[in-house]
Amino acid sequence: MRHLLLTLTLFVTALAASATAQISDAEEDRARDIGHQLRCVVCQNQSIEESEADLALDMKVIVRERVAAGDTNAEVVAYMRDRYGDYVLLKPPVQSNTYVLWFLPAGLVLFGLGWFALRSKRQSKADIVTEISDTDQALLDKLMADDT
Amino acid sequence: MKLRGLIPLFGFAALFAALAYGLTRDPRILPSELIEKPFPTFALDNLANDAVLENEIFEGRVSLVNIFGSWCVSCTVEHPQLMEISQSLDIQMVGVDWRDTRENAVRWLSENGDPYDAVIFDPDSHLIVDLGVVGAPETFIVDQNGDIRYKHVGIITPDDWKNDLHPIVESLLAVQP
Amino acid sequence: MTAEIGHIALVLAFCVAIAQASLPWIGARRNDGRLMEFGDRAAMGQFLLIAFSFVALTLVFLESDFSVKLAALHSHSEKPLLYKISGVWGNHEGSILLWVLMMAGYGAMVPFLGKSLPTGLKARAIAIQGLLGVGFLAFILFTSNPFERLNPVPIDGNGLNPMLQDPGLAFHPPFLYLGYVGFSLPFSFAVAALLEGRVDAVWAKWLRPWVLIAWSFLTIGIALGSFWAYYELGWGGWWMWDPVENVSFMPWLAGTALLHSILVLGTRHSMANWTVLLAITTFALSLIGTFVVRSGILVSVHAFAVDPERGVFLLLLLGLATGGALTLYALRSHTLRDNAALSATSRDGALVLNNLLLVAATATVFLGTFYPLLIDAANGSKISVGAPYFDLTFAPIMSLLILFMGVGPMLKWRKDTLQRFKRPLIIMCIALTIVAALTYVIGKSVLGALSIGLAAWLALGTIITLGRKARWTWVGLKAQPASTWGFVGAHLGLAIFAAAVTSMTVWAKTDIGTLRTGDSLVIAPYTFTLGEVGGGQRENYQYFGGTVTVTKNGEEVALLGTERRFYPVRNQVTTEAGMHLSFGQTLFASIGEGDPESGFVVQVYKHPFVVWIWLGSLIMALAGFVSLADRRLRLPKRESLSAPANLVPAE
Repeated sequence: MRHLLLTLTLFVTALAASATAQISDAEEDRARDIGHQLRCVVCQNQSIEESEADLALDMKVIVRERVAAGDTNAEVVAYMRDRYGDYVLLKPPVQSNTYVLWFLPAGLVLFGLGWFALRSKRQSKADIVTEISDTDQALLDKLMADDT
Repeated sequence: MKLRGLIPLFGFAALFAALAYGLTRDPRILPSELIEKPFPTFALDNLANDAVLENEIFEGRVSLVNIFGSWCVSCTVEHPQLMEISQSLDIQMVGVDWRDTRENAVRWLSENGDPYDAVIFDPDSHLIVDLGVVGAPETFIVDQNGDIRYKHVGIITPDDWKNDLHPIVESLLAVQP
Repeated sequence: MTAEIGHIALVLAFCVAIAQASLPWIGARRNDGRLMEFGDRAAMGQFLLIAFSFVALTLVFLESDFSVKLAALHSHSEKPLLYKISGVWGNHEGSILLWVLMMAGYGAMVPFLGKSLPTGLKARAIAIQGLLGVGFLAFILFTSNPFERLNPVPIDGNGLNPMLQDPGLAFHPPFLYLGYVGFSLPFSFAVAALLEGRVDAVWAKWLRPWVLIAWSFLTIGIALGSFWAYYELGWGGWWMWDPVENVSFMPWLAGTALLHSILVLGTRHSMANWTVLLAITTFALSLIGTFVVRSGILVSVHAFAVDPERGVFLLLLLGLATGGALTLYALRSHTLRDNAALSATSRDGALVLNNLLLVAATATVFLGTFYPLLIDAANGSKISVGAPYFDLTFAPIMSLLILFMGVGPMLKWRKDTLQRFKRPLIIMCIALTIVAALTYVIGKSVLGALSIGLAAWLALGTIITLGRKARWTWVGLKAQPASTWGFVGAHLGLAIFAAAVTSMTVWAKTDIGTLRTGDSLVIAPYTFTLGEVGGGQRENYQYFGGTVTVTKNGEEVALLGTERRFYPVRNQVTTEAGMHLSFGQTLFASIGEGDPESGFVVQVYKHPFVVWIWLGSLIMALAGFVSLADRRLRLPKRESLSAPANLVPAE
C-alpha cells in the first residue's frame, strides 16, 4: 500500500476536473460542452476535454470554476479567447479573416451545381437538334472534330 | 494552349509559395493577446513567505516576468542567462513558479541561484492561464505602468537577449515616469 | 557489412532509376523499340535492388546491429520479432525506403501486366515512374540514409516509443503507403498521356484496376489508423480532423473521384481532361501528405522528427513533380479531346455530379487543414480549425453526395428519363421517411433521424439498382459481373459507415465520477462498478489501476481493466482504457487521478455500433478488390483492339 501511495503522489498535477470544483450535473454537462469547443493549445487538433496534457487539465478546472461562478457558456469561451486568442477556438469565429474558410465550401458546391445545371440544359437543347436529323449531327461532329 | 489549362498550375504555384513560406515559421509560437495591455490582476502567495503579492509590485519599475518551474528542464538551461541579467541591470525580476510544490521550488532556487526579486507562487495555473502561457519558460516585459510590452516564448538565448529583449528594456528604462 | 551492401544496392538502384527515367523516353521519341524495352528491364532492376536494400535493412534490425544509427535509435535487442520488423518502417528513414520500394514495385508490374498497352505510352509511363524513383532515391541518399553508421557503437538500442508498439500501428503505414504510392501509377500514366497527346478508353480501362488497388489499400490504411487511435488513445475519438489524418484523407477523396471519372472516360470517352487532372492531383495530394508529416509544417503529434533540410527537399520534389505535370497539362490539355455530351439525367451526368461534390469535399478538407497556415502566411493571425468546422462544412457536402448516390447508379448511360425510375424513387422516399420517423421515436434526435434515413436511402437505392440490373431474377443476379458486386459492396459499405458515424456522433454516452471501490456509474442500461484499485512498478513505469465490472440487469456483461501509467524518463502519464469491443454496444472505462480514501476519477463510455465505422470501411476496401476480378477490366488482346475514338495526335 505504501508503494501505491507513493505512486499516487506522483500524479499531483491538477486533480481531474469534476473532482475539485463542486458543481452540479447540469453544470458539468455545460462545462463539457464548453471544453469541446476549446483547443488544448499544446496539443494537436484536440479539445481540452479530450486531452490529458497538464495545461488542458488546468484549463478544464478553470472552465469549471467559471461555470460555477455563474458565467454563461459564451462568457467562458470569451474568457479563454481573451487570453489565448482565436487559436484556442476549435470552431474558428466568422470574421473578416475567415470568410474564405467558411463560405468557400458552400460556394464551390453552388458553383459546381450551377455549372452542371447550365451544362446539361445546353445539352438538352443540343439533343433537340439531333432529333431533327442524324446526318446533320454527324456532319456537325465531323466539323467540330476538324476544328481544333 | 488555352488559358484555362493554366488555372491548375497557378493554383498550385500559390500553394507551393504558401508551403515554402510555412516552412520558415514555427507553428508552435503563439503571439500574446496581451501586448500593450495591463498585466492581469492577480493575488497570489509569495513563494518565500505567505504574504500575498498583487499587481502593485509592478508600479514604477520595469519588470521582467519569467515563468518557470522546478520540473522544467529548459528553465535550467535558461537560468544562467537570467542570473546574469539580474546582476547587470537595474530591473525588477519577477518569477512565476508554475505547477510546483514550495519545497521543490525553494530547493531548485537554492541549487541554481535565485535571480528573482519576488516569486509568485502559482500551483494551480491561475495566473498562467490569465497570461495565456503555453509552456515554460516564457518571459514578459512589463513597463512602469504595469502594462505588458513584450512576450518571449521559450529559452532566452544570449542572442535573443541582445537583439530582442535588451533593447526594449533599455528603451523602457530611458523613459522615467 | 549488411548495411554497406544495402547502401550500395540503393546507390545502384538510383543509377538504374536514372537510366529508366531517360532511355525509354528517348526511345519513345525516336520510336526505337529497343530503348523502350529497356525501360521494362530497368523497372524490374530498380525494384529488385531496392528490395535487396530493404531486406538488408530488415536484417540489420533483426540482428540488432546497433552500429547502424537507425537501429540504435529505433530498436532494442529484447523487442519482440514483430516489432523488430515493424521498427524498420517505424521511423522516417525506413518508412521512406518502404515508400520507394512500393513505388518501384508498382513500376515493375507495368511491363508484366501492360503487354497490351501501346508501346509509346508504356515506355513514357515507365520513364515517369523512374523519374519519381530518382527523386525519392535522391531524397533518401542525400538526406535520410538509413544505413548510416554510429561510432561509438551503443550497447543496446533506444527502443521504440511504447505507444508505437502495437500491431495496429505495425500495419497501418504499409497499407497507407500502398495506397499513397499506388496513385503514382495513375500520375505517371496521366503525364505519359499528356506527352502522347491522347487519353482514350484503352488508357482508362487499363488504369482503372490500378486506381482500384491504390484506393482499396488507402481505405484499409486510413481505417487501421483510425481504429488504432480509438483503441490506443482511449478517449473515444475515432477521427480528430488532425492535419495528419486529413492529409491521408484528401488523396482518398480525390482518388474516389478519379475512380468514378475514369469509369466515364472508359465508357463514354468524356471527362478526359478532368480525369488526367484528377490523376495528377491525387498523387500530388499524396506527396503533400508526405511533406506535411515529415516537415513539421503543421502542428501534430504524429509528425516525425522535424528536419528543415528534409522539408525543403520534399517541397522541391513536390514542386518538380506536380509543377512539371501541371505545366505539361497547361501546354497539352487542349490536345485531349472530350466527348462534350452531358445530360443531367444519365449515368454520365450523375458521375459528373459525384465528381463535383467529391472535389468540393476534397477542397473543403484541404481548406480546413491549410487555412491556419495560409492565414498565418497572409497576415500573421493564428487560428485553429477543428472538428466543429468540418461538421458544419464537410458533413453537408457528404450528405448531398449520399442523396445522389442513392439514385445515380440506376440511371442509364448517355440519356435516361425520370419516368423510368419514378417507382423506385417513391419507394425510397417512403423508406427514408419511415426509417427516419422510427429512428426519431427511438433516438429522439432530428439530426440522427435524418442521417440514418439517408443511410437507409443509400442502402435501398443500391439494392434496387442491383435488382434492376438482375431484372429481379436469381439467374440475373448470378450473371452479374464482379464490378457490379464491387459497386454494391462499396456503396453498402458507405451506408453502413454513415449509419455508424451517425450513431457514434449522436448516441454515444459518457459519464464521469469520483468512485471508491464498490461505487458505480450508470449509463442505462449498464452499471459500471469499480473494483479494487492496486498499484506498483513494472519495467519502466509505475502504475495503478483496477477493474470496472459492467452489469446489465444484474448480469455481468464485461470486465474492463484500466490503468494509469507514469513513465519517469519521459515524464509522461498515459491511460490504458479497458475496452469491450462488440458489434452492438462498445463499452469502455478509463481511470484518472485520485486516492483510495476520496476515490478515483473514472470515466465510462457507451459507444453504440462504433465498430461498424471500421467494418463499413473494410467492406468498401474489399469491394474494391472484388471489382478487380471483373473480366471486362482486362484489356482485349492488342490486335483485336479497335482504334480508339476521338483520337488526336500530339502536334
